Order: sequence, then C-alpha cells, then structure tokens
Amino acid sequence: MELATLLPLLLLLAWLLPLASFTLIVFAGPRLGRAGHKAGYVATGAIGISLFLSLLALACWLWHHPLTPSHHAETHAAASDDPADPTHERSEHEQSAPHTGSTASPLTGDWYTLAEFGSLRLTIGYYIDALTLGMFVMVSLIATCIHVYSFGYMHEELEDVTDPLASPSSGKPLVRAGRFHRFFQYMSLFCFSMLGLVVAGNVAMVFVFWELVGICSYLLIGFYIERKSASTAANKAFIVNRVGDFGMIVGLMILFGALGTFSFGDVAQSDGTVRKGIFSQVRPAENEHQLIVPDGLIRMAAASQMNSIYASVPSNEEAEELIGRRVAELRKVGTGYWLLVLAGLGIFCGCVGKSAQFPLHVWLPDAMEGPTPVSALIHAATMVAAGVYLVGRFYPVFAPEVLLTIACVGCITLFVAATIAITATDIKRVLAYSTVSQLGYMMFSLGLGGWAAGLFHLFTHAFFKALLFLCSGSVIHACHTNEMPEMGGLRKKMPWTAWTMLVGCLAISGAGIPAMLGMKGFGLSGYYSKDSILAQAFSVASQSQTYGWLFYVAAGGAAITAFYMFRLWFMTFAGSPRNQHVYDHAHESPASMYVPLVILAFFAVVAGWKLPSLNLPDLLEQARPLGTAEGISFAGEIAHPELPAEHRSHEETLHRTVSWIAFGTALTGFAIAVLFYLLRIFNPETVRKWLAPLHAFLIHKWFFDELYEYAFVKPTLLLSQVAAAFDRLVIDRLADGSARFCVTVARLDDVIDRYVVDWAANGIGRLTYRIGLWLRQVQTGQLRQYVVMIAVSTVALFLLIVVCRNLMLFQ
Amino acid sequence: MSFLSFLSQPVSLSHYLIVGAVLFVCGIVCMATKRNAIGVLMGVELVLNGAAVNFVAFSSPFLRADSQLSLGLDGHLITLFIIVLAAAEAAVALAIALCYYNTHATIDVDEGDELKG
Repeated sequence: MELATLLPLLLLLAWLLPLASFTLIVFAGPRLGRAGHKAGYVATGAIGISLFLSLLALACWLWHHPLTPSHHAETHAAASDDPADPTHERSEHEQSAPHTGSTASPLTGDWYTLAEFGSLRLTIGYYIDALTLGMFVMVSLIATCIHVYSFGYMHEELEDVTDPLASPSSGKPLVRAGRFHRFFQYMSLFCFSMLGLVVAGNVAMVFVFWELVGICSYLLIGFYIERKSASTAANKAFIVNRVGDFGMIVGLMILFGALGTFSFGDVAQSDGTVRKGIFSQVRPAENEHQLIVPDGLIRMAAASQMNSIYASVPSNEEAEELIGRRVAELRKVGTGYWLLVLAGLGIFCGCVGKSAQFPLHVWLPDAMEGPTPVSALIHAATMVAAGVYLVGRFYPVFAPEVLLTIACVGCITLFVAATIAITATDIKRVLAYSTVSQLGYMMFSLGLGGWAAGLFHLFTHAFFKALLFLCSGSVIHACHTNEMPEMGGLRKKMPWTAWTMLVGCLAISGAGIPAMLGMKGFGLSGYYSKDSILAQAFSVASQSQTYGWLFYVAAGGAAITAFYMFRLWFMTFAGSPRNQHVYDHAHESPASMYVPLVILAFFAVVAGWKLPSLNLPDLLEQARPLGTAEGISFAGEIAHPELPAEHRSHEETLHRTVSWIAFGTALTGFAIAVLFYLLRIFNPETVRKWLAPLHAFLIHKWFFDELYEYAFVKPTLLLSQVAAAFDRLVIDRLADGSARFCVTVARLDDVIDRYVVDWAANGIGRLTYRIGLWLRQVQTGQLRQYVVMIAVSTVALFLLIVVCRNLMLFQ
Repeated sequence: MSFLSFLSQPVSLSHYLIVGAVLFVCGIVCMATKRNAIGVLMGVELVLNGAAVNFVAFSSPFLRADSQLSLGLDGHLITLFIIVLAAAEAAVALAIALCYYNTHATIDVDEGDELKG
C-alpha cells in the first residue's frame, strides 16, 4: 500500500481506538467485572494497540523517509520543493534523491467532510508529518505506561472509598462508591482527544480537540469532586483556559476571514484541484517559502479601499485586476502585517492558556488536585505540551514580532516558575512548577527560532516529567502525604522509586558530560534538549545584544532547575526519616507501578541519544516548516527583528561554549542542593530567616493568585453582587410589583363578580324558581279538573277573540 | 223566542251542528263530572262523535244551499279516521284503566293524583 493511504489509515485506527474504549466504558463501565475493574483492561488495551499502530506508522514513514544527518546549511536551502503537491510523487521523488533535503512533505487530506456552508468547510482532516508521528508515538507510549501504572495507583477506587479530605456538611468523613471505571473512561477520552489534536489537519478540528482535552482535564482534576479544593481547582483550570481560548478564537477568525480556509496544508480535492492551506498562503512557494502577508489579509486590512474599487469599476474582471495591482502596492508598505501579527498572537494566546505560560500559569499547580497519573499524563507530558505543539505546528504563520513575544513570555515563565519551585514543599507542586518552567523553556526556544530544539525538549520533557510525576505518585501512595518535610530516607524503603526518580532528576537537570578532549558529549535526554535550547538562545544573543538577557535568564533557570529537583530528591529519599510514623508505613509500590517507572526511566535516558537511524532531532528536522530553516525574517520597509537559523546553533565552537555553560549552571544548582539538603552544611532555616521577605514572596508564588484575586476575581464578584443587587432591588421589585398589582386587580374583579354578576344571575334563577313553584299549584293531578280547565280555557279563548275582534271592529 | 226558531225550520246544516254541539257539551260535562274512568272514556267518545257529526254535516252536499263550501269527501275520510282513532284510543284507555285498577284497586280517577306538579 502507498504511504499516502496507509499512514492515514493507521493513525485513524490508533486515534479512534481510545474513543471506542471510552464509549464501551461509558455504557458498560460498572458491569465490566467486579466494581468495573475490567474497564482498566479495556482502556489499557485500546491505548496499547494505538501505541503499536503508531509505532508501525512511524516505521513505515522512516522506511520511506530515512533520516539524514541534519545541520548542513546547503541541505536546508535545497529543501524548497513545491508543497502544493500533496500527492505521493513527492515521496517517490525523495527516495530517488534522498539528499535533496531532510524535510519530507507532509501528508494532508480529509477523512470526512462534516459540513460545507459556502466557503466554510468543516472537515475531519489530517496533517501527517514526522512531528505528528513522533507525537503519536510519544503520547501513546506515555499513556500506555500511565494506564498500567494507574492499575496500582487507583486500586483503592475498586472498593468504597472513605475520603478524609472531603468535608460534607455532616462533619463525618465522606464514604462514596469507587470510581475505577470512571477514571479509565476519562483517560480513554483524553487519549482520543489528544491524538485527535495531534493528527488534526485543520484549525477548526484543532480547536474542537483543544476544548476536548480541556474538558478531560477539567473532569480529571475534579476527579475527587467531593473535595472543595479539587472542584475549585477544576473550575480554575477551565476558566483560566477560557481566557486563552478567547484569544485563540480571535486568531482563528482572522485567519479564516482572510484566507478562507481552516486547513494547514494544501488539500487535494476529489475534482483534482488543490485547495491552498494556511501555510502555503502565508509562505508561498513562489516566495521561496518566506513569510509574506497573504492577499486575503491585505484585502481585509484595506477593506474600504477594496470596496470603493468595486463600486467605481463596473466590470468584475477589471476590478479584480485593479485590486490585484493595489494589493501588490499595499504589500510593499506593509498593510495587513498587523493582522498577521494579531492572528499569531491570538493563536499563541490559546497556547499560553493551555501550556500554562505566564500570565495564565496559575491553574497548573492547582491542577495537582487530580490523581497523580492524571498529573503525569495530562498536566505534565501531553496536554500542557499541546500548546507548545500548536506553536510548533503554526510556526510558519508567526511573524518575527510574535516569535519574540513568545520568547519573552517563555523566558519570564521559566524564571518565575523555577523560583516558585524552590520554596514549594508539596512534592507535586514542585513538579508542577517545574513543568511550567520547562514549558517556558520550550516556548522560549520556539520563540527564538529554535523550532527543533523546542519540540525536542517537548519530547524529552514528556518522558522525564511523566517519570517524575509517577515517582512522586508512588511516594504519595506509600506515605499518604504530599508534604516533603514529612518524608526523608525513603530510598531504603522504596528503592525502585528512588533510583528511577534520580534518573528523572538527572535528566531534567540536563546531566551529562560536555564534549572535551576530542570526545563527544554524552548525557541523559535532558542534556541534549536543554543544550540545544541554550545554544539557540546563545546564538541569538551573539547576533544581537538586545536579546542577550534572554540567554542569561535561561541559563540561570537551568541552575535553579537542578537545585529544586535535587532538593526534592534529597528531601524525599536521602537523609534520615523526619516523620517516623510515615516512614514506618512506607512501602515499595506494586510491580504494576514500578515497571512503568523503569520503562519511562529508560526513555528518559535514551530519548535524546543520536542514534544514526533513529533519533529525535533528525526526525523533527524532517518536519521543519518550509522556509524556517534559514532563520526567521520578514522583508519589508519597516525593520523587523531577525532570528538566526537554527543550524547555526549547532556550530562546534558555539555549541561547546554553551555546553560548558549549561554544565556549569546545572552543576552549581546541584552543588547548592547538596550543600543544603544532603550534607546539611548550610541550614535552609537560617537562610530562610535571612531572606524572609524573599521567601514570603516566593512561598506566595509571586502573589499571582492574590493579584488575580484582587484584579479579576474580586471585581468580578463585586460586579456580580451589584448585578445581583440590581436584580433583587429593581428587577425583582418590578416583577413583584406587577404581580401584586395583578393580585389587587384580581381581588377587585372577584368582588364585582360576586356582588354584581353573581347577584344578577342568582336573582334570575331565584325568580324563575319562585314562578315555577307558584305555577306548580295548577298541576293538581286531578284528571277532571284538567278537563274542566281545557273546556273553560277554550271557551274563554273564544270569548277573548270575539271581544277583541268586536272591540277592534267598533273602534 | 227567535233563537228557538230553528225548531220550525226544515232540517239543515245548523241542526246537525246543534246536535254535534250538544253531543260535544255532553261529552265534556261527562268527562268533567264522572269519577269513574269508564264514564270519562264514554265522555271522550261523545266528544269525538260530536266532532264527527260536524264533519259529516259539513261534507254533505244536501245540507247546504251552496255547494261551494263543501268539504267533499274529506269530511267523510276524517270522520272515518276519527272512528278508527276512537277505537284505538278506547283500547289504550281500557288498558290504562286496567293498570290503574291494579295499582289503586279502584278506577276512581280522583284517587290518582301522582302526576301532581
């Protein structure tokens, strides 16, 4: 079978299997085995098969597009084939000449057309390139591990659960039925949504699945819905995300309104024509895939001019010609560019919400109220990375200004979150802030032109952060507390967890040995990805001093990362037990929990390794958006910022310097953690007292929650109270008043009815009755009387007639 | 006594009418005075026959100077109809009388005033 038909089929199956599992569990959940425990097998089986199919798809892809070593400038320059040709010819062409470039053209198409309204076409489409496949494998692999892990972690849900943290009004601890199947039901729905988001071929579909993962996140954060904190956190996550999605809708409206399409790539129609996608309109092949403002945006920006041309010229063709010329003129002066920037910022706004970037990062730490496997899968490895993924996917559309915004936002996020993580004592919250910080790194890298580096970090981070979360889950499972000050010395009790978590800590800190003495550098996955991010930042900094600070903040963030991760590990596993009771009850988790840990630890180590035939950077290089290899710039009359090409950061001298800087910063962080928490040469308490204001500032998370409380929540509540008061005092009174008026009128009406109408009706009735009674006396029942009466009356009648007649005659 | 002058005139329509009227009045008086149901029934017969005499008299061409007012055969037909009606009525009335006797053990019509209003 051809690649162009095989891959969509495989991915379609891999995508829909979790949906089937979800449907099955929805309808038959509690009946699947005792307390629904077989729902777990259904969900795990579905995602397991998805993983297999994804791997198969990746293998097929790699068979057709073998990886070529990257970072050669000339190969990128040649990679400018016509993307308007989404058919299979392209891949054949590449097989015959594999060195034309490392970029392989994506497979685009539609599975199903939902609806067509004029130019609006809603389809279930796909856009498959190396990034899609990589994401599919990553998501399904981590999801499978976490599904298996959940068997152990969620086993309490098989029985009735007594939830000490939920506080019903009765004051007694809440006892509720277990929700094992419900958990797996949501997990399946999430897997379906996430895979749908990844495979989506158009923005409308992305948006739908974007919201679907959001609702899964909402449902799973609020899994322990009886706990007030959990339901509040779920609401917070959902509402904060709405803020971002608002921006996203604005972006989508601009893009659709101006370009008339939702789809990313060019889609071949059944009638042989090709519908141009967003990417090829923004970076057309005629312009060597460099960014231009598409005609649609210019027309939109100068709509009044266009309308006046239409009005002044009678024939349509003439008008079109005039407009074409006018558009070309307007393009030179930069009309419509601001719309392109606005669209990019709008899309990024959605990503800020979903990926918990500053200033919308506040929801992610609260989201840790959900069960730990959920934190690992949704709030660390996949869903929150969807924002980064979308930035990566939309990369061709972003103008340089937008990218710089992304970089700054990422930079602020990575620093703010890292500092908060230093003081957090809740083991999951440390990891949550670490996730925010690492997502900041990814955004930072993407914003500075390090497309492959950012997405590379997405992949490696997914592995080690899922690992770290699962380890923390294992610890929580053993200790029944989240507080690190209660733990300590646990490595003796739970060796599997301790050592796999150490691997995770090393990976996230970027542990490795930089290249020296002619040897190549070597390290865990984080070492490679973080180095490439820092290298790109350094490359930008060396090109332009204006953005130098970005590099220093990122490098400083790396030191903080190492510090808080090892602080976490030392506080939890090293030293002596701080709470003997907790320590005595701690135990290693069952095999279903530590086997996934080992698998993830394996990937956390090797995900960054550069194997010749299979490695992430080269795979990502295949998916690099056309025209971005040579750096991001925009030709126009105004000066636009320029970002250097990413391959520049791979240069030997630059990369070596950065490696050493990264190594130094990470080592510094590690050393400080050792001094404070392992060797206890310095006492954290004393430092805390020295820097009391700073500590308070950090422990309150930079007062973001308080700030939002006063800036948004309180005013909103105030407004709602005013509205409520208005309701109560004006609208309610109006309604009540009119009701009361009605009642009064009705009372009056009642009186009239009773005393006038009733009186008349009853009076007539009574009168008739009286008359009837009186007449009744005539009816004696005496036959003979009747006869007499008849005779007499007849005679009387005759007499009457005669008398009357005579009277009339003689008048 | 001019109103008795008809006694001296030849028999004409008015004589028949007087006979009919006398029969009718007798019948009425009989119905009004008899307490026996059979008597009442006989009064009814008299009334009916009084009317029948009138019809026959009016329809006879020999009894009047101008035959223009003649009822023709209609008077005879109606008279026959009255006779048939009287027969049927007598049958029904006798049946009623029997029933009445069954419930009241008498046929005195004054005893029955169940239809009193």
